Amino acid sequence: MAETLKTKVLVVGGGPGGYVAAIRAGQLGLETILVEGDTLGGTCLIRGCIPSKAFIHVAGEFEAMHHASRKTRHGISLAAPPALDMPALVTWKEGIVAKLNGGVAALLKRAKVRVVDGWANFSDAKTCTVTCKNGPVTIQAEHVILANGSLPVELPFVPFGGPVISSTEALSLDRLPKKLVVVGAGYIGLELGIAFRRLGADVTVVEALDRILPLFDTQLAEPVRKWLTRSGVTLHLGAKAKGLAERKGAAALTIETKDGKIEHLEADKILVTVGRKPNTHGWGLENMAVDMDGRFVHVDDQCRTSMKNVWAIGDLVGEPMLAHKAMSQGEMVAEIIAGRKRRFAPVAIAAVCFTEPEVVSAGLAPGDEALKGIETITAMFPFSANGRALSMDAGDEGGFVRVLARKDDHRLLGIQAVGAHVSELVGEFALALEMGAVIEDIAGTIHVHPTLGEAFHETTLRTLGHALHI
Amino acid sequence: MGRYVFKLPDVGEGTAEAEIVAWHVAVGQRIEEDQQLVDVMTDKATVEMTSPVSGVIVSLHGTPGEMAPVGAPLVELEVEGAGNVSGKSATPAPKPPHSDPLPQKEARGSSVPPPAKPSLAPSSGGEGQGGGAVKPAPTPAMSRPAVATRAPDTKPLASPAVRQRAEELGVGLQFVPGTGPAGRISHADLDGYVSSGGTVGRTRGGYDRREAIDEIRVIGLRRKIAEKMQEAKRRIPHFAYVEEVDMTELEGLRNHLNAVRRKEQPKLTLLPFLMRGLVRLLPAYPQINARFDDDAGVVHRHAGVHIGIATQTANGLIVPVVRHAETLDIWDSATEVARLAQLTRDGKASRDELTGSTITITSLGPLGGVVTTPVINHPEVAIIGPNAIVERPVVRGGQIVIRKMMNLSSSFDHRVVDGFDAAEFIQRMKALLEHPATLFMD
Repeated sequence: MAETLKTKVLVVGGGPGGYVAAIRAGQLGLETILVEGDTLGGTCLIRGCIPSKAFIHVAGEFEAMHHASRKTRHGISLAAPPALDMPALVTWKEGIVAKLNGGVAALLKRAKVRVVDGWANFSDAKTCTVTCKNGPVTIQAEHVILANGSLPVELPFVPFGGPVISSTEALSLDRLPKKLVVVGAGYIGLELGIAFRRLGADVTVVEALDRILPLFDTQLAEPVRKWLTRSGVTLHLGAKAKGLAERKGAAALTIETKDGKIEHLEADKILVTVGRKPNTHGWGLENMAVDMDGRFVHVDDQCRTSMKNVWAIGDLVGEPMLAHKAMSQGEMVAEIIAGRKRRFAPVAIAAVCFTEPEVVSAGLAPGDEALKGIETITAMFPFSANGRALSMDAGDEGGFVRVLARKDDHRLLGIQAVGAHVSELVGEFALALEMGAVIEDIAGTIHVHPTLGEAFHETTLRTLGHALHI
Repeated sequence: MGRYVFKLPDVGEGTAEAEIVAWHVAVGQRIEEDQQLVDVMTDKATVEMTSPVSGVIVSLHGTPGEMAPVGAPLVELEVEGAGNVSGKSATPAPKPPHSDPLPQKEARGSSVPPPAKPSLAPSSGGEGQGGGAVKPAPTPAMSRPAVATRAPDTKPLASPAVRQRAEELGVGLQFVPGTGPAGRISHADLDGYVSSGGTVGRTRGGYDRREAIDEIRVIGLRRKIAEKMQEAKRRIPHFAYVEEVDMTELEGLRNHLNAVRRKEQPKLTLLPFLMRGLVRLLPAYPQINARFDDDAGVVHRHAGVHIGIATQTANGLIVPVVRHAETLDIWDSATEVARLAQLTRDGKASRDELTGSTITITSLGPLGGVVTTPVINHPEVAIIGPNAIVERPVVRGGQIVIRKMMNLSSSFDHRVVDGFDAAEFIQRMKALLEHPATLFMD
């Protein structure tokens, strides 16, 4: 006889959306159970945001040392080139993951959330059975929050397995691939491809579209393209991956280039990063009678599904598939269940791309469809004129800050940047947009010297026609 | 190069001053000889002043609505040749043309921008009475509305904290006016909206409140009208008298005459018949066809009947005068009324055609209503106002019949017209109108 648990709130999925929803529900005094079959933290923590950033950090250090071993750089020279111990790197990364994972568990415990370890399978909208180590557990809940997340998209003719890996495996390799082919020049593919290049791998990027980073405009992507070219990454734009082949006993990816030629790219590993899809299969979603919205679960602006008291958040409900969106929705849903009035209506969900250099975007960019009929003004300020960027050796990579505002009332509509460490600026960008700032609000805020943030200040001054440092 | 000063000339009939109504030029403008400079208004006529010389406007003196004495410098021009004055400037310390302090436009909110200086350049809309067009005083332009308005699909602009509070209060932020930059809604805006019961800016029904208050300076013709009306009501103890008149017969006659009139004859309205009635009756009531100089304590009883015809123009009420109506037959009366009305509406009526009436008719035609209490055209002592003609059931010989009925309203100056006489006068008018043949029988 299976154990049956009854609870006020059931959260399915321990990723950033789910665990935040559970913590908040617990804080609000709601009896809450969270079901997760893997370790807590989800894609973000285990095989996404956090581990990839650890990788990227190490890759940067390795590259700097490598440069220093070849020739003295800023007065530093190394007698021998650095050596990479890949398993040690993976262990370090896993240490970080474990630490954060333990942190999440502690936070859940403090919020009095009960965590059930196993995969949930729904028989109806409010009932699921979790296969645990000690046998099945049936959970019945008044409210269900679905936070099942997303999975990497597989290419049918290049299925995962053997040399073909997804981002998950790429972060746990025991050996550095000598030759890496990355299929898909979106942010995941380029972040990892660039990291592997800096660790010394020979990297080729294959992209079906004519450009890299299709979610960002070409002006923003240009410094990244330049880095790829300068760093010896081979780019095949407008090229299609056709299938696997074997060349000289090694694996190879067959592609059709832009001009119709068939090429075989030798590879130790083929990293397929062509997007992610919502995780909607294999856990009984079809038994819950919720409406779909294409591949996603349909929700309204309070994350309600079509089934009463069934909520869905995060990657499961649509783009952008970003951890911070899921967290915000999770927090909101818990508060709504607790009787608060909330609505998910952000002005901007900013996006970050940890490429070389980093790219961030908050709000609208020039050329966006939503700008139709609106008169705008825009300006950019290059990091080559920012003292802090120069002092970090980050002034010559083509980075800049760019703002876009309404011409009539100067309200900021969008802020983008590309350059070293700009990911740390994006919070201010999002704040400016959420507060409804006008250009003069930023121009009138004293920005600390010497910081990269001064470039934002100068950009707004330039929009007004009186930048000081250019 | 020299200076030429254009001074307000004597515009006739002993006028000592004239009101500046509208400028047609601006400082810095190059003008040609005979180009229109300024409209000034005397007692009743508006006069267009044209430039006697060509040149560039250096300064203008006076704003619309100001009185300028005859001989006062109006325009200073720089002209080829010597000009008509010596020295740099003709007028000691010329008053800046915009010095007249304009009342600030009322606006809500704290961030009211200072009113922009009114432009002296005349507005292009010279509709109405030609040179006599009375243009409203320039209103200060608002550089930015104090409360920004949002297009229907635009997201309201507010910080996350304000948005969350609005959500908790159940307030749709799209209805809350924002006073911050770019129309941003502050906590104070939300408080204001809530404490006003959610009616600031927009009512629950979704209809916009209308908050604008336009300040229109009462100048030119409108000021004249205001003064005349004030004078009449202050000085004259009015009494009103209304009688109903069966117009069936007269309407029959009028329709018949209109049907058979010759081409050159005008279409007849009720007015010529009323004028005919006045002309017939007034010799018996000389106290009614009079002008009362109340300052001197003298009533001037006129033998001639000069009938003022209250006329609505684009700029307001004007009363042209049909002189010696006693000499005009029904057709001539109609022609003269039509001619004067046209002249008046075109702003071309002469001073003679606008003064000297001894009694006035005010008719609103189909808008006549049931009763009016007309204001006497001071210094006259009587005014009559026919109301609308409507078919009504009335009792005739014990039967209810449908007749074309009209009320005839009238006001008299009780100082010099007794109620008995006025009533008798109106009763006799009723008798004339009900038996139209008697209008034409001696």
